[in-house]
Amino acid sequence: MKLLEGITVIDFSQFLSGPSASLRLADFGARVIKIEKPGSGDICRQLYVSEVEVANESTLFHTINRNKESFKADLKKEKDKKRVYSLIKQADVVMHNFRPGVMEKLGFSYDQVKEINTGIIYAGISGYGDKGEWKDLPGQDLLLQSLSGLPYLNGESTKLPTPMGISVVDILAGTHLAQGILAALVKRDSTGEGSLVQVSMLESALDFQFEVFTTFLNDGEEPPQRSEKNHAHSYLAAPYGVYETTDGFLALAMTSIPKLGELLGISQLEEYHDPARWFTQRDFIKDILADHLKKETTDYWLHILEPADIWCAKVFNIEELIAQPGYKVLEMEMIVKTSKGHEIKTTRCPIRINGEKLESSVGAPFLGEHNDSIAVEFGLKN
Amino acid sequence: MDQSKRQKPLAGILVLEFCQYLSGPSAGLRLSDLGARVIKIENPGKGDLCRILPIKNQWIEDNSLLFHTINRNKESYTANLKSNKELAEVKKLISKAHVMIHNFRPGVMEKLRLDFEEVKKLNSKIVFAEISGYGKQGPWAKKPGQDLLVQAMSGLMYNSGDRDDAPTPFGLAIGDILCGAQIVQAVLAALVYMKRSKKAVKIELSLLESLIDFQFEIFTTYFASGRTPQRSAVNNAHPLLGAPYGIYKTSDGHIALAMIPMGDLKEALNKPELDKYKQSMIFSKRDEIKSVLASILKEETSAYWEEKLQARGLWAANLKNWKELKNKASYRKLRLDQEICISEKEKFRTNRCPIRFNGEIMWGWIPAPDLGAHSEAIKDEFQLDADQL
Repeated sequence: MKLLEGITVIDFSQFLSGPSASLRLADFGARVIKIEKPGSGDICRQLYVSEVEVANESTLFHTINRNKESFKADLKKEKDKKRVYSLIKQADVVMHNFRPGVMEKLGFSYDQVKEINTGIIYAGISGYGDKGEWKDLPGQDLLLQSLSGLPYLNGESTKLPTPMGISVVDILAGTHLAQGILAALVKRDSTGEGSLVQVSMLESALDFQFEVFTTFLNDGEEPPQRSEKNHAHSYLAAPYGVYETTDGFLALAMTSIPKLGELLGISQLEEYHDPARWFTQRDFIKDILADHLKKETTDYWLHILEPADIWCAKVFNIEELIAQPGYKVLEMEMIVKTSKGHEIKTTRCPIRINGEKLESSVGAPFLGEHNDSIAVEFGLKN
Repeated sequence: MDQSKRQKPLAGILVLEFCQYLSGPSAGLRLSDLGARVIKIENPGKGDLCRILPIKNQWIEDNSLLFHTINRNKESYTANLKSNKELAEVKKLISKAHVMIHNFRPGVMEKLRLDFEEVKKLNSKIVFAEISGYGKQGPWAKKPGQDLLVQAMSGLMYNSGDRDDAPTPFGLAIGDILCGAQIVQAVLAALVYMKRSKKAVKIELSLLESLIDFQFEIFTTYFASGRTPQRSAVNNAHPLLGAPYGIYKTSDGHIALAMIPMGDLKEALNKPELDKYKQSMIFSKRDEIKSVLASILKEETSAYWEEKLQARGLWAANLKNWKELKNKASYRKLRLDQEICISEKEKFRTNRCPIRFNGEIMWGWIPAPDLGAHSEAIKDEFQLDADQL
């Protein structure tokens, strides 16, 4: 099922934020052509971020760039530049994640691209927007987490500010860029007009926190308080958190404290009738719960809590998760293959369309792998 | 800037939101910020239960501030879907809509005969999106699709915090938010398809699939190596990344160090304790290097280290809390929040849409609706009265 059949995306982006956006577009059936510089290409190919390699390139590169083509071009050379211009002339979307000013210098600003293709959708991710004191700083995930307050929301209050251990800002900025590109395609269908779409990692990081940041903006700007025990959310009352058992961990979401006390046989908790105290005394309540829950196995507690419709779950690591029937039934895994025959197992697009999984076995391209075929197909002159 | 005169990208698109809490409503919010007309279909008793779910006991009149945050720029239509007459009216509304989104547990829409197969008979071009917790099949299908539980089951909690810490959740509803954002992607791609094919499209997504997708790098690395990625023993920030990647205490605050080559780091800090470490050791000696760094960095202020590192163009930054961020000139220059006026007296500030079109911010100033505030007007506009059908 190719929702975006016939849409061509020219993608100048590198690393994770931009490429994760174009990956989603490729999953939806768009044709994505990466424009890469000779030599290194997308820096993610060689990024020393992971110990694990595929065909001497980073696994991460192969994960993010499956189902795309690669066109190698030296944008500082007139000849190559012309070839890319004529590609853009025949495309629907141009996207990049360079710092502000770089595309302008290379001759591919929105105004320049619009001159070649008036209906183009031109999309860019920056770190911090195109004005203000931060605009030239590196748009890197951990640095954006650190600027936007995210580490103050995770881990117990006794711990260091704790970053989120996945590149969440990159991924959300990419998600938002794809939303913007798709909305612009919808608009083009009704008006015939192209658009300039802009996202910054800073805006995406703040949007991610919109519920709690709005609370902060309206409560006299009090800083968020992580709980001292079993922390899971600064603004939620006990028991919300993760608790150790004799053989693992149990997550407990929003639940009535007296009911929990009754079910677990903790008489002390049955007296907490006023829900306000579940928040004001959350560390104390969590302590009592933690002491009690560590006495039995996770399954023991689940057998008591689940039948009573208490929101709870066993905590899995990746190895435990993939052994579960509830994971297998999702069929999240797929194999992609490079043109040289390397096979990589990865996860599929999470969305199903008309009951079908969106799968493709096409692996990531090698640098410049598609120069010849693209030149022929798009009539690019040498 | 008068935006009513400038068409937002989704002008003319009608979305029906049969959703509550966060995942579905956050998708509705984004679509409305991008210009779609979003109507919440709510039950006449309490409506979206988020209306009575406060954070820090913050309320605006009868609704929680949280509800106002997630549901601005929408309309509310109440209907008891168990009443044949009211269901018939909703079906007529569905026949006029472009998109409908629901986040009921599996089976509920089927029972109401509002599942895709039935809805397609009412509207052959509908984009129909459904959100579940864990997919519609398998042993977890009936489990409550609550964010912390899905985080727990998805493996996500083993990415944050240090090696010997308990599994550490994200302190935000990442499952709900990401799933809502991906629903928006799919809905928009389906609208592009519908325009060409004139065919209805069904979209399915679960919180669990969203959180597995979120960890695609972790999963793929695990599949390739057979080893579960390990959090570092100290200063962990990402299980797949070598030293120095992490947040460190300084004498007066905290500083984040992203990917910085060892050679550059040694030159910038100029400390003999680091001499023996090479770039080739950033994984094998990850914990040791981080521990040495932690003891070096705690001796001076954040500003001292930031200056040394940034002067060389290295990827480091001091931590800021929300207040420090908000007090920066750039926060105002980038216009990162907006004011919503409920009445002459009541107003509040909140985030805005992070996507700009043609250089313009997509403001969304219309306050969230009271329960059923638009029922009558919508019935009139779409001539829904079942007695006259």
